[in-house]
Amino acid sequence: MTAALEIRNLHVDIEDQAILKGLDLTVKQGEVHALMGPNGSGKSTLAYTLMGHPDYEVTQGQVIFDGQDLLEMEADERSQAGLFLAFQYPVAIPGVTLANFLRQSINAHRKAQDPEDPGMPIPEFRRMLKSKMDMLQMDHGFAGRYLNEGFSGGEKKRAEILQLAALDPKIAILDETDSGLDIDALRVVSDGVNALRSENLGVLVITHYQRILNYIQPDFVHVMLDGRIAESGGPELAMQLEEQGYEWIRGQAD
Amino acid sequence: MAARTSTFPLSREQVEQISNWQGDPEWARERRLTAWEIAEATPLPDSSTDEPWRRTNLRRAKWKQMVNIVEPQSHSIDEVPEALYRPLIGEQQGGLLVFVDGVLVRSELSETIEEQGVIFTDLQSATIEHPDILEEWWAAEAGDPSDGKFAAIHSAIWTHGVVLIVPDNTHVELPLHSVEYSTGTRTTGMHIMVVLGENASATYLHESASPEGEDLIFHTHATELTVGDNSNLRYVALQNWGQNVYNFGHQRGRVGQNAQLDWVDGQMGTRLTKIFMNLDLDGDDSFGRISGLYFAENKQHLDLDTQQNHHALRTTSDLLYKGALQGDSRSVWQGMIMVDPGAQQTDGFQANRNLILERTARADSIPGLEIAADDVACTHAATIGKLDETELFYLMSRGIPREAAMRMVVLGFFDPVLQRIPFEEVQERLRASIEAKLQNRG
Repeated sequence: MTAALEIRNLHVDIEDQAILKGLDLTVKQGEVHALMGPNGSGKSTLAYTLMGHPDYEVTQGQVIFDGQDLLEMEADERSQAGLFLAFQYPVAIPGVTLANFLRQSINAHRKAQDPEDPGMPIPEFRRMLKSKMDMLQMDHGFAGRYLNEGFSGGEKKRAEILQLAALDPKIAILDETDSGLDIDALRVVSDGVNALRSENLGVLVITHYQRILNYIQPDFVHVMLDGRIAESGGPELAMQLEEQGYEWIRGQAD
Repeated sequence: MAARTSTFPLSREQVEQISNWQGDPEWARERRLTAWEIAEATPLPDSSTDEPWRRTNLRRAKWKQMVNIVEPQSHSIDEVPEALYRPLIGEQQGGLLVFVDGVLVRSELSETIEEQGVIFTDLQSATIEHPDILEEWWAAEAGDPSDGKFAAIHSAIWTHGVVLIVPDNTHVELPLHSVEYSTGTRTTGMHIMVVLGENASATYLHESASPEGEDLIFHTHATELTVGDNSNLRYVALQNWGQNVYNFGHQRGRVGQNAQLDWVDGQMGTRLTKIFMNLDLDGDDSFGRISGLYFAENKQHLDLDTQQNHHALRTTSDLLYKGALQGDSRSVWQGMIMVDPGAQQTDGFQANRNLILERTARADSIPGLEIAADDVACTHAATIGKLDETELFYLMSRGIPREAAMRMVVLGFFDPVLQRIPFEEVQERLRASIEAKLQNRG
């Protein structure tokens, strides 16, 4: 069965301030959706809320993921169920190597499926890691470095896509993955995402700019304004936005 | 001043008894008795007037219960967990000394090292076999009775120790290892004396441990490390006493010209620890690094007083203590970098970083600088923080459950210090005891 992420009438507050005000959106496995919007429209709030960040309070609405009530789940359970978030600002974890972190993540996923699972054998893990790192043109030395510590912007984003590749989720949210990337890095990251595109992966690309959509071509484009989806359409909507700016949608919405 | 309600219960007769049990030669017996006289004449530290003791109040210490001067019994290495004395690298033991309740139960030294003229022996034997060496070096650097009440007590009651002497131009390839294990009923005093000649090198690990026990027990120690010109000493000391132990210590590392001391200090156990630790950079271009970690829980109280003393030109000191605290525990770190007049181009660094895992725990971190030279670079850093929720969320967002994420962050916090222990298996043992403590969290 095709898994889906169904967001219904989602309202979210941060520190008693309403940020999302009734958002509806459905992303299915195999589809690529782009969510565009100006700064402050609530895009990152949506990303963090879906992943279960404790600072975001859902006041109304529902999110169903693969038939389960996502909002009842802790962040780790959401990941184990097949949801992935590539962070806009990946967090440095001093003293924990990228390889150790990935292995623990993979093993946590396996254990969630089967409590008896002894974990991925180390040789298999090493092979997997190397091949995914090659795909993202990452130096193998990164595996032994402390996670995101001292990584450049581009290296952090590659490491996020590496995690996406290694964890094999059903739905992945890319939160402003293009921000801070030069054109070469953007191409490598996008090629990585494109290589992972399949009928088993749904992607929600959150972005401020149309640029990344030249590389990762969406099936659907949504425009977010003031905590809601203001407009949805096909890839042509992104082009129109590029030409006319968000003001055009704002005019339509009013 | 009002009479002290607390006095330290140690009689001359008891010290004479210890001397008899130890089989001291006459000169060593004299030393004990002189130390006892100094101890008697020295009042117990008072936290209201003695600055280094401000945060460690001993007024309610139950000395009578915890000072247990008793005759040594016969012991065997079978009483010691095997993991503590396994060879550190591969199958071969460079040198190994194991003590149980102060009694030597195992003494090994590889032939190669013996043929190099290295002395690696227990202190009691050394008093008889190497009186000339002890005359020159013993308590020259730490544990002199004049250092304070507990140094004097230590010099009066010491029960065991390690003497490591590495001659000039001698490189000890395999690591040396000593273990003091306590069954938890006898007051003991441990004295470590390391002297590296010129152009020499060695790696030495000392471990202390005891199981958890009900009865409080008093313990003292002194550590003196002398690193000759152009020499290199790696010294790792790991303390994992039961949380019924009161541990008092004086330690000093002295580094000669163009020499290096790489010192790792792990403090996991004890009910109360008070240590005075000195790093003296004596020779031009000398280098000393101290990497410490501690993890306190329950009612543990760890008080570390460190001093980095720069006496020569172009010397470098680098101190980092990382600590985690939970339960009602408390840590105190007081650090000082002292730069002598004329010790130009000193590079001194000290940092203490604390992770408070439960609000009931408390860390005090007091860095200090006293600089009498003008061309120096000295910096310090002290932090006290909680677990970072952003880090936990990031790990959880990859499927790692909260408890496991917390373990990763805490182990990661300690990792840079753990990495400085040159034995993988010892690192693993420490990681395991950190994880075990995390499991105890309320």
